[in-house]
Amino acid sequence: MNNFAYTQAASTKEATAAKAADKQAAFIGGGTALIDLMKSNIEQHSLLIDINKLSMLGIENAATGLRIGALERMSDVGEHPLVVQNYPVISQSLLASASPQLRNMASMGGNLLQRTRCGYFRDTAFPCNKRQPGSGCPALVGDNRTLAILGGSASCIATHASDLAVALVALEARLTLESPKGTTRTVPLADFYKLPGATPNIENHLQPGELITAITVPAAAHARKSHYLKVRDRASYAYALVSAAVGLDVQGGTIRSARVALGGVGTVPWRVLAVEKYLVGKPATEENFRAAAALAVRDAKPYEHNKFKLELAQRTIVRALLEVV
Amino acid sequence: MSAEPQFFDKPGGFVGKPIVRVEGREKVTGRAKYSAEFPLPGLTYGVLATSTIAKGKIMSIETAAATREPGVIAVLTHQNLPKLAKTPNTPEGKKDTGSQMGFMPLTSDEIFYAAQPVALVVADTLEHAMHAATLVKITYQKAAPIASFHDPKAELFDPQKIQDGKADGHIRRGDAKGAFASSAIQLTATYNHPVYNHNPMEPGSTTAVWDAPDRLTVYESTQGVTRTQSTLSAMLGLPREQVRVITKYLGGGFGCKGSMWPHTILTVQAAKAVGRPVKLMLTRPQMFTSMGHREDQTQTVQLGATADGKITSIVHTKTSTTSPWDNYAESNAKILDMLYATPNFEATYQLARANVMTSTFMRAPGEAPGSFAIECSMDDLAYKIGVDPIEIRLRNYADHDYSTGKPWSSKSLKQCYARGAELFGWSKRNPKPGATRDGRFLVGMGMATASYPVHNSQGTARARLYADGHAVVQSGATDLGTGTYTVMTQVAADSLGLPLEKVRFELGDTQLPTAPNSGGSVAAGTVSSSVYLAAQDVWQKLIKMAIVDKKSPLYKAKAEDVAVEKGRLFLKKDPKKGEAFGDLMKRADITDIEGMAQGKYGSGYEAASAAANADPAHKDEAAQHAMHSFGAHFCEVRVDMDLGTIRVSKWVSVMGAGRILNAQTARSQIIGGAIFGIGSALMEETVRDQNFSRYTNADLAGYHVPVNADIPNITVEFVDEHDPFINAMGVKGIGEISMVGVAAAVGNAVFHATGKRLRDLPLTPDKVLMSGVNS
Repeated sequence: MNNFAYTQAASTKEATAAKAADKQAAFIGGGTALIDLMKSNIEQHSLLIDINKLSMLGIENAATGLRIGALERMSDVGEHPLVVQNYPVISQSLLASASPQLRNMASMGGNLLQRTRCGYFRDTAFPCNKRQPGSGCPALVGDNRTLAILGGSASCIATHASDLAVALVALEARLTLESPKGTTRTVPLADFYKLPGATPNIENHLQPGELITAITVPAAAHARKSHYLKVRDRASYAYALVSAAVGLDVQGGTIRSARVALGGVGTVPWRVLAVEKYLVGKPATEENFRAAAALAVRDAKPYEHNKFKLELAQRTIVRALLEVV
Repeated sequence: MSAEPQFFDKPGGFVGKPIVRVEGREKVTGRAKYSAEFPLPGLTYGVLATSTIAKGKIMSIETAAATREPGVIAVLTHQNLPKLAKTPNTPEGKKDTGSQMGFMPLTSDEIFYAAQPVALVVADTLEHAMHAATLVKITYQKAAPIASFHDPKAELFDPQKIQDGKADGHIRRGDAKGAFASSAIQLTATYNHPVYNHNPMEPGSTTAVWDAPDRLTVYESTQGVTRTQSTLSAMLGLPREQVRVITKYLGGGFGCKGSMWPHTILTVQAAKAVGRPVKLMLTRPQMFTSMGHREDQTQTVQLGATADGKITSIVHTKTSTTSPWDNYAESNAKILDMLYATPNFEATYQLARANVMTSTFMRAPGEAPGSFAIECSMDDLAYKIGVDPIEIRLRNYADHDYSTGKPWSSKSLKQCYARGAELFGWSKRNPKPGATRDGRFLVGMGMATASYPVHNSQGTARARLYADGHAVVQSGATDLGTGTYTVMTQVAADSLGLPLEKVRFELGDTQLPTAPNSGGSVAAGTVSSSVYLAAQDVWQKLIKMAIVDKKSPLYKAKAEDVAVEKGRLFLKKDPKKGEAFGDLMKRADITDIEGMAQGKYGSGYEAASAAANADPAHKDEAAQHAMHSFGAHFCEVRVDMDLGTIRVSKWVSVMGAGRILNAQTARSQIIGGAIFGIGSALMEETVRDQNFSRYTNADLAGYHVPVNADIPNITVEFVDEHDPFINAMGVKGIGEISMVGVAAAVGNAVFHATGKRLRDLPLTPDKVLMSGVNS
């Protein structure tokens, strides 16, 4: 870990201005991911801008749905009655993440910006295009058991690590971003993340100095009947091998709307529109779920050690959908 | 000793009782000082910089940037580190130093394994040292490494000996291949094991203080202060008494702290170089490449049997990865050789050198993987001939040790099977595999036999009894966190007839009487015997005093006619005639009296000194009995075949392991071993990249050990067992048997649940899922 300066921002304006002024600066919320990255020498920051005093809080019903302040802690959101009742997939994805101690510290905004757990990225002795552009990707022919089968490139197949992001992408959540100029914009979370392509070091569309201030999630029937299923190597405190965030609106046995996204298989949280489209208008049967799930991995590219994800992804979708009918 | 110390079993004693840890309060209040927690004046901090390549040469080292950093005191490399009197880099040096690894980093520019130490930065704070270590710039000439025996470039060879000559590379008893070929039933199976790392909670750490230019104190995280002292004195060329090693508390070891590793001597050299105390604590990622590991290995078992399931032959081969210098392999064959009535046996080891550090003993070395192989194969045999897994084991029950031909000193395995089955509800098991369901889950029940030898070992203890009724008892043993402080306090209190709170037991210092390494499950038996015998030495001295003391009721009695119970000396024939030790000592005006004794392996209360004078290297063979603990594990799993997940839903372990010193700490040991084994069965695996020969998951986020949610309630029982041959206390030790057979019990339960035999550990969801897809 390098030496760095530390400042506490009193306002979002102050925070974003400080970040815009220093390319090597980073915001620090809970710090659970950032400090690890700095201790492992994966990231070096000249300045940490503490945003914990900013008023980016609140878990509330807004005009169009749920609004969550970016500084809310994972555990508070995961256990909030509004979220548990109307957006169970969000609550479940949060409570299946990390450990209670980490969830008590980690912020919602920070969770969405966490970086991959790819072992080659996490050890600076390895080449890694994400960490050191142009150095190569040993994972393509190495230990790729936990890595992506969807959205990868010849440069990178690192899996996106967030559970929360999978649930939010399924529910078409949007981020509110504030710029150093004080202007705000909202972007769909699905468009916020960037596929690795030839530049896996660039992971999202944040502009210099921009800060995530809030997350909004539209209310919907499929959000109320939603579920998050996470398959992993141990019962708790492990990243997903495969996860599925699903929501269904079933009326009279027929699916009116469906939402399906996958985690653990994509370089970004992976919504599978083809699966959703297949389901709409059909009876909510296991048979239809299976047929739909097969579409999820149509374009997948497995590697030597992660072929099992082709099968596991489909089964995880089916099992998750069965939970909500 | 000629009589069993039965007084331990009388009412009012402490031995055997579930006494809470005597050091528990110290630990939970943070007052217990672990080896990295000794505040010393002028203390500095050492951090290792390690190699980014696995094979090659250092071409240049740029230390200027690191040296310029604030607080940096020294940047030490192979170019400027003080030279050692002796390194383990030659076979002779390895023998003299007792080093597990025949190589010492920072003695040349050569790189043999990934994350090999290449520099040590010393600074005034940990943070300064950590940062400066990242600024040491090294250029390498890279060569292509070999990653394991799986590597097509690896060359397999047959070692004459494994484990530094301590075990044979080829074992043959009868004509195993011939007998197999002519057996009615022939089963062949191959088992694969990943690299495992010990990962004790407390990482390795060293604090080195040169008290004088030729006098050293080291606060070390080790399972044996004596072995560390001996290695240090050899490497430094100092007399042993000028090297003091202290380990007051240990946060686990599991074998990786059983011998001294390079970081320790590097810290000592750094302290010499900077002229100040240096503390170095390995980081968690460094723990994967600094203190050994369990080697990656594959085993093939050929099991021949008669049509009714009686074993005729076992042929075992093991192929594993070793380092560029050493022929180390866990000796898996031992347990396959002795577990059942096997008339013909053959085992062969094959090794391949790769760019890895030397592997080392890890909890139940050999027995853990060996038991997985034999106990899964026994399960296969049971299904093959259609009998219950317990029945197949009873049909092959070894009434003596077939590997040595000797009688058992004691063996309670049949009771373990019976009691385990009863506690578990084994009789409710549907014998048909794949036939029991609970909702979405396939339910399976499996069991396996456990055994672990009582190893040759001896140690000494000193007991000092004070006239005012308290005692200080000492032995240079280690408490790995498993209860040595507590059980030795219990033994000392009973032996000296004192209340627990009047006994202080001290350990973990080379200035105390020498004790063996806490490894190989020897500590409890050896140290407790030493403590018990040291107390007897105290009583013998007091009896001698009493019988010449005119004022004593025992005046002119014969020493052999005097007995001692609860601190009172009395005539055996007339128990009313006697006095308390305090009265005797006060009359003689002595404040304290000291006893000293050596507890020995094979020197039980019926077989006094059976092996006492044998060649130390062959004491195991010299004993007249084969000495083992035995047990049985029972496991229930729930398997989700759709998702590939396995959950252990019930566990029972029943053990026969001689005298149990503390019902509570012993139970915890067995639970810990079961969890350790379940981890190895279901999730633990260190993944080595085959191109870089470097680990890709070297931290506790990537290396999965069980969490609470993975572990069900665990039921533990001990069979009452008295063994008169093993040592004075009749204690066999339970640190390792607790995990022997655990992975097999899980694997057997998975087979019973699913009808799929999985032989490649760990049994992660991908393997379970694909076993179903492929069928």
